[in-house]
Amino acid sequence: MEVGLNHFLILSTVVFGIGLYALISRKNAILVLMGIELILNACNINLIAFSKYGGLGVDGQVVAIFVIILAVAEAAIALGIVLNLYNNFSTVNIDEVDNMKE
Amino acid sequence: MDFSLITLSLVVLILPMISFLVISFFGKKMPGNGNWFSTSILFVNLFLSIYIFIRYVTDGGISFTVEWINLGTETTRLKAGVVLDSISCVMLVVVNLISAVVHLFSIKYMEGDSKYSRYFAHLGLFTFSMLGIVLTNNLLLMYVFWELVGISSYLLIGFWYEKKAPQEAAKKAFIVNRIGDIGFFTGIMIIFTFLGTFTFTDIFAGIEAGKLSGAWLTATGILLFMGAVGKSAQFPLHVWLPDAMEGPTPVSALIHAATMVAAGVYMLARVFVMLSADALTVIAYTGAITAFISATIAITQNDIKKVLAYSTISQLGYMVMAHGIGAYSFAMFHLTTHAFFKACLFLGSGSIIYAMHHVQDIREMGGLRKKMPITFYTFLISTLAISGVPFTSGFLSKDSILAATLAFAKENGGINYLIPFIAFTVAGLTAFYMFRVVILTFFGEPRNKEKYDHCHESPWVMTFPLILLSVLSFFFFYSFNPLTADGGWFMEVLKAPESILRGTKGAIYHILDAIEFKEAVHQSHYTAMLLSLAISSIGILMAYLLYYWKKLDVEKITNAIRPLYNFSLNKWYFDELYDKTAVAFTMLSARVLAWFDAKIVDGIVNGSASLTYFTSKFTGKFDNYFVDTLVNLAGGFAGFFGLIFRKVQTGKIQTYLAFAVFGILILYFVLRVI
Repeated sequence: MEVGLNHFLILSTVVFGIGLYALISRKNAILVLMGIELILNACNINLIAFSKYGGLGVDGQVVAIFVIILAVAEAAIALGIVLNLYNNFSTVNIDEVDNMKE
Repeated sequence: MDFSLITLSLVVLILPMISFLVISFFGKKMPGNGNWFSTSILFVNLFLSIYIFIRYVTDGGISFTVEWINLGTETTRLKAGVVLDSISCVMLVVVNLISAVVHLFSIKYMEGDSKYSRYFAHLGLFTFSMLGIVLTNNLLLMYVFWELVGISSYLLIGFWYEKKAPQEAAKKAFIVNRIGDIGFFTGIMIIFTFLGTFTFTDIFAGIEAGKLSGAWLTATGILLFMGAVGKSAQFPLHVWLPDAMEGPTPVSALIHAATMVAAGVYMLARVFVMLSADALTVIAYTGAITAFISATIAITQNDIKKVLAYSTISQLGYMVMAHGIGAYSFAMFHLTTHAFFKACLFLGSGSIIYAMHHVQDIREMGGLRKKMPITFYTFLISTLAISGVPFTSGFLSKDSILAATLAFAKENGGINYLIPFIAFTVAGLTAFYMFRVVILTFFGEPRNKEKYDHCHESPWVMTFPLILLSVLSFFFFYSFNPLTADGGWFMEVLKAPESILRGTKGAIYHILDAIEFKEAVHQSHYTAMLLSLAISSIGILMAYLLYYWKKLDVEKITNAIRPLYNFSLNKWYFDELYDKTAVAFTMLSARVLAWFDAKIVDGIVNGSASLTYFTSKFTGKFDNYFVDTLVNLAGGFAGFFGLIFRKVQTGKIQTYLAFAVFGILILYFVLRVI
């Protein structure tokens, strides 16, 4: 069986779904962040797949590298936020951080 | 004729008003509280009016009119003006003369009264108003002054308002006069409706042109006469005048004997030419009835002022009757002579009352002849004049009227002989009751020794007016022939105007023209003179028999005719009759209205209050339960849904995210379908 574009797209969809599920259902802020990483990576898979099989060419790869760098930066900032969160609420359970509703 | 005379007449009119105003404001600070001030003003007035009178006699009449006010449209221009003709010039002199001597008399008579200056102020107001009636040339202004004399009469009758009786008398006079004035005003309004003018000359011109005639004209005449009935105390409104004697005696002399009560007669003279035959008949009989009723009452009265009051009513009846039978000149002549001798009688009684320290009952008097000679002789002269004894003014005027009644009866015949019959009877009664007063007051033994010993002749300010007025009661001031006024200069001045209704149906049989009338009077003159002399002599003789020689026992006669005597003594029970009817009716209707007010009107008011209370209670309940429930329900509804929808707002980032994803999915499907 020849591995084609569809396989990559299905893979990225599954990763995206897992990431979204983690993003919505996990209570731990770290795990939520991990969900975000998964979504970003699903996106990267799509970019590479379209770079290879679609008409994107090298542009897709460049954008994928940008996304990786972005993810790193995002992870650094988000972890900083989580640390602050922990400092203020003594928890990383985001269900308990519901000050927004007030 | 120049206008200076008009100016002069206006000065005469205004001067008493100035006296009134000055004394009202500064009276208390003036020397003698302004008594000599006002008296001298009145004497100046007297000389001015005599001058006007002389100028009138030599130069003839004048009238003066100015535009006064415009009412609405151009056609109803009201005019004001002064008229100086025979009657107004005569009245000017009469009013000012009487007013001047009354002022003089009052200086002493009212001395020591706490309201001394106010008294003179009111006299000034009265004189002003009376002169206004005399001088004005239109009905509206006459009505205004008419009411002004009414109010000044009210003020002066009730001058001693601390006492109950003067209060009541003043009220009575005012209210009874009002009844007459309603008629007067209605008459004026009818004239205005038909003719659109108040000025006498315009009214007469309008009636001559036939704009107001027939039954309306008769009604107008009778309504105008109603004013005279009130003011001149004619039957049935005569009841106020005797009570008006509660006022100070000089006031009675001025207002209730000589001038104000003559205003009615004067007014009849003013409108004489427009009175229809039927109206004149009513006037003649009213006058005759009045003269008779009051003469019979005067016989038995014991209060000297009451006798004089009823005698005044009786003489006013004569004058009114004279107008009614068309004897215009004689009515005005009698008015003049009566004003002088009746004012003299009243001032004489004032002098007696002053000397007797306010005793008015003639049974308490007696023998005053020696103590008060001047008062006695002047009183006697005036009594002779009013009784119609020859060589007096009263003889001339009264005989003229009596002759006129005879001429009238001859001309019209039948039932009209009643009028001369009444007139002659009244002449006899007058002689009798006046001599009764003279004998009881001045002759015989003093019946109240204590008062008699203390009394003495009054000072000159009181006797001088008496002398002046009694001198004016002699014949030679009016006519040089002591037996008849015909051809005398005074009758020449007081020529009767021709009725403007002559030739119209009905008037012709009633009013003869001046020459025919004069002729008819002339024919009956000697009959009338002899008859009246005989009747007056009988009256005087009866008085002497009963009270002086005492040949007849007064008690016995009184007892023999007790019911009649009581009837007369109680004034024909007029007061009681009015109390039982008019007053009772008024009180009853007042009570009914009071009940209506208390029960119905108040009931409605209270009912509406409780209705409001009840409905407001109901609406309160409605508000509390229904509206509040609705409002609460709406609130609860909103709260309920708020509670539901607030659940969405969890504040949890993941829920929002889930919703966002959900939303994107929906969007995706929606867009796909599209």
